[in-house]
Amino acid sequence: MTDARHAGLQSILVLAAATGVALLPLHLDLFALMQVTLFAAMSVLALSVAFIWGFGGILSFGQTAFFGLGGYVYAIAAINFGDSTNAILLAVVLPALFATALGYFVFYGKISDVYLGVITLTVTLILFNVVNSTAGEAYRIGIARLGGFNGIPSVPTFNMPFHPEIPLSPETSWWVTGGTLIAVYLLLRLILVSRFGRVAVAVRENETRAALLGYDTRLVKLGVFVLGGAIAGLGGALYVNWGAFVGPTIFSLSLSAEIIIWITVGGLGSLFGPIVGCFVIQWLVALIGSQQTFNSNLVLGAILVGFVLLLPKGVAPTFLLCLARLRKRYRSTTEHGSAQSTPHAGQLT
Amino acid sequence: MTELVPLLKTEKLTMNFGGVVANDSVDFNLGEMELRCLIGPNGAGKSTFFKMLTGQITPSSGTIAFRGRSIAGLPSHEIARTGLGIKTQIPNVFNGLSVRENIWLSARRKNTPRMANLVVDEILERVRLTEKQSAIVGQLSHGQRQWVEIGTVLAGDPELLLLDEPAAGMTDKETERTAEIIREINEARAIIVVEHDMEFIKMIARTVTVFHQGRIMMEDTLKNVLADARVRDVYLGKKVVVS
Repeated sequence: MTDARHAGLQSILVLAAATGVALLPLHLDLFALMQVTLFAAMSVLALSVAFIWGFGGILSFGQTAFFGLGGYVYAIAAINFGDSTNAILLAVVLPALFATALGYFVFYGKISDVYLGVITLTVTLILFNVVNSTAGEAYRIGIARLGGFNGIPSVPTFNMPFHPEIPLSPETSWWVTGGTLIAVYLLLRLILVSRFGRVAVAVRENETRAALLGYDTRLVKLGVFVLGGAIAGLGGALYVNWGAFVGPTIFSLSLSAEIIIWITVGGLGSLFGPIVGCFVIQWLVALIGSQQTFNSNLVLGAILVGFVLLLPKGVAPTFLLCLARLRKRYRSTTEHGSAQSTPHAGQLT
Repeated sequence: MTELVPLLKTEKLTMNFGGVVANDSVDFNLGEMELRCLIGPNGAGKSTFFKMLTGQITPSSGTIAFRGRSIAGLPSHEIARTGLGIKTQIPNVFNGLSVRENIWLSARRKNTPRMANLVVDEILERVRLTEKQSAIVGQLSHGQRQWVEIGTVLAGDPELLLLDEPAAGMTDKETERTAEIIREINEARAIIVVEHDMEFIKMIARTVTVFHQGRIMMEDTLKNVLADARVRDVYLGKKVVVS
């Protein structure tokens, strides 16, 4: 993956994405722009799962726990502070701390991977139920009423850093959300080429071997999990900024399941793929929602089954594989008979 | 006469799995730079012994001292950091990663990035895998994967190497090469080798320890071990009472 050619492809991709983010408001009406803003916010959540599952080997069925926590923390803090700047920061820090506590018990208690899925799922359900039953005057933090199943309406949206009197316009909000998505993507890429990232992948590949080489695998997994929690929390803040509302359904199981579908479609072990998966699936769901013939859950289920059966690697890795094969074929026709001169062949796969 | 602290010393090391005693009061000593072979029939407790040494399982009782420091019951990564490396019986490698990445991951733990790369180049040379460095380990032959694992362990710069069946599933030519690699490694480090293949043992062995039914049955030169009637009986499956 550290291949130079691969890096070239990466930078082109990021540059194209950045240009796209910058120019999109010129080409879309307000409604469409709001929709892609939502997709980008959800893609940050997708990235958090893509990272911990695809590269850390940790399958969390309850990443929405951190996403929802981030959303609620942002809402409560923004209402109390009247300024979004520190609220965003808290929406990253508190979910990360929660992930540290939860991850500590799971990884240092040597609980197996299957149970991790069950535990994260359960934590999500607990959070849903707790938040759902906070209706009434008694449940308030500062001046923010939790509102139970009604959620918290009219949450202040993002404003210029430390200038609560200047709220962001929908266009600026899109730039912030899309920009954050690209920044998180780049951050994860950097982490993956660092020692920590490479060791995390090694732990995914073979935890026993990593431990026998002297790496504290519990700490590595905890690090991956906390990073995932922080990113999911940030996604939650972006989501609440989009809708100016947060309710207990943010912890919903259907969202947790949908993330798995985004990643299966986009490709496990890829960061770009899950973003594509997230955009395409959400766009599809929105499209289906505007008509009555098909039920969206039915279509989602069919897509999941179809991908698992026909394209189990997902879109992005399959695309790269095809690219590598084409290149190999091209090379063997142009450099016929000099197979020894290609020591790097196959590195891309 | 000066009393040296042995590199590795176990006293009354015992492992019970429920009612089964896999290791029973094993007293084992290994000197600096020694090359020791452990032999014994299946189920004699050799692999269990290795697992206790590397912290993969916690001994039921007894002590393990590495350079005089007690390591019994420590987690695997802490034992590895004291300078003990193991190639396990079933190859434990990072199958989805390249040969180079496997070895780099080990080298990078103690070294700066620049040094790590130098170490990797040197190790690749040593285990004869320089040509194969970009190959994905999972796609290599069993013998080559064994070398990847030996190289990976070696890159961690351990003072003591435990090799559990390093020649298993290898062709004769590969086995010979492995013996050569082991002799080279032994020029700077102590090694304990568990092996079934007597031909391979003959290529490398000096002192041999024979395990039987979880205990050390005898410890002597290869010649004497092979001449011993009890050892032959054990391998042929006769009942032998260990003193």
